[in-house]
Amino acid sequence: MNHIDVSTVLRQTLSCELYSNLVTRPTGAAVRTQIEALVADTLDHSLTVIDFSHVGMIDFSCADEVVAKLLLQYVAEDPDAREAYFLFRGVTDDHWDAIETVLERHSLALVLETDDGAHVMGQVNDGERMAWEKVYELGRAVPADIAIALGAGTSEAERVLEILHRRRLVMRLDDGYVAVGGLGETDA
Amino acid sequence: MTSVITVPQSLDDRTFEQVVEQLAAVPADAKVLVDARHTRWSSPYGLTALLTLGQSRAEKAGFAVPEAEETASYWARAGFFRHAEELFELSGSVPKAKSGESSVLLEVTSVANSDDVHTVVGRIQQKAQKMLATELHIESRATVGFAMTLSEICQNIVEHAGRGGWVAVQAYTYRQRPPHRRLIVIAVCDAGLGFRQSLESLPGRVRDERWDDAAALEEAVIRGGSRFRDPGRGQGLAGVRKYIGRWDGKLTVRSGTARIAIVPSWDEDVPLEEKLAPFPGAQVQVIIPERVSGSPR
Repeated sequence: MNHIDVSTVLRQTLSCELYSNLVTRPTGAAVRTQIEALVADTLDHSLTVIDFSHVGMIDFSCADEVVAKLLLQYVAEDPDAREAYFLFRGVTDDHWDAIETVLERHSLALVLETDDGAHVMGQVNDGERMAWEKVYELGRAVPADIAIALGAGTSEAERVLEILHRRRLVMRLDDGYVAVGGLGETDA
Repeated sequence: MTSVITVPQSLDDRTFEQVVEQLAAVPADAKVLVDARHTRWSSPYGLTALLTLGQSRAEKAGFAVPEAEETASYWARAGFFRHAEELFELSGSVPKAKSGESSVLLEVTSVANSDDVHTVVGRIQQKAQKMLATELHIESRATVGFAMTLSEICQNIVEHAGRGGWVAVQAYTYRQRPPHRRLIVIAVCDAGLGFRQSLESLPGRVRDERWDDAAALEEAVIRGGSRFRDPGRGQGLAGVRKYIGRWDGKLTVRSGTARIAIVPSWDEDVPLEEKLAPFPGAQVQVIIPERVSGSPR
């Protein structure tokens, strides 16, 4: 698992130790470009922690560039596209207002790690949320497990899991699925 | 011949219209003298809008400084003259700026690029937190939204104006209607393209007979429209509206010949004004009031 401290990237990008706020669209675009370059250096199948712990605040424009456009790069219509997954850490209520707004705008979702575990946040419907939570609870799941949880057939469970996979909210490992945030740091 | 533009005794977003109306009768390249000798008070909007007036003139305008020592001294502390001396030929006694004015949260500051926005946000955070908590009785989490609001409005200048503008933030007491609440006011003014011209630069935009400054303001402020095709654009002002809604605040945006307002229950402004005297650029004001029992949150 890779770890990117967003505040470190911010300071490197701006070449200024004084700024700890993610504000303005050009700043956001520069930070995202740097994150993408770091992700590009990893394997085709990668999980990266995007850590906001040391970020003071983020405005809407910057959230659009750093979070929404980053996710849009890797949310795949093509199931064989590069598999880059992100786990967001250190996101406070102060950050969440802006991030939630841009997720809503682009119909995106992400996995957020908090003190009590990982949670899927943003734009997901009830079936997708239920399926994601079941995969997270089980650690590794196959469509039959999710079919029981959804009270649906296996084909419906496969369809929902495939949507979650394309949205990079669950990872496909061998013949099963693992939730982003559902692996220990050493397992990923 | 020099045309004299008289600044009202009390200058805010409403009375600045008297200045604009006087200007409308003067050719753009004519010499003007902005006479503020009898002005006793100005909101941050008034100060930043006066600077945009200076910026918009083809020939450097004259500016007669307020005669009241207290007023001139306050304007100096608010940083007005530091910028005004570059835009106007100042006449009268210009006091030296002294520190110690607690109601000035952010003195008049120029905004022209992304670095300026970082500086403004960095400067405001600590002082705004204290002011919001102690004077407006708003919980500390409002500070982040306040800084976000400031950031987004300032970015409008960087992204859309095509030239620099100014921002100022100040706290004062609203005396127009009881209860006399404390307010924090953000004013951001520029003399750039304005909303209509900015939106018109989107390729393929269809302009019908209803398209004017008012329609452009409705498009940008109410519907989140932007001159960019990027679907992520236009979220800034939407976010500002969300913030002022949460804290019972007020937003006004004037551009060209129109002015739009998101009006809270404690104010009696009109939502949309059209056919105002023309003024270049965009002038934005956000007001966050003191929280009283029963205010929305």
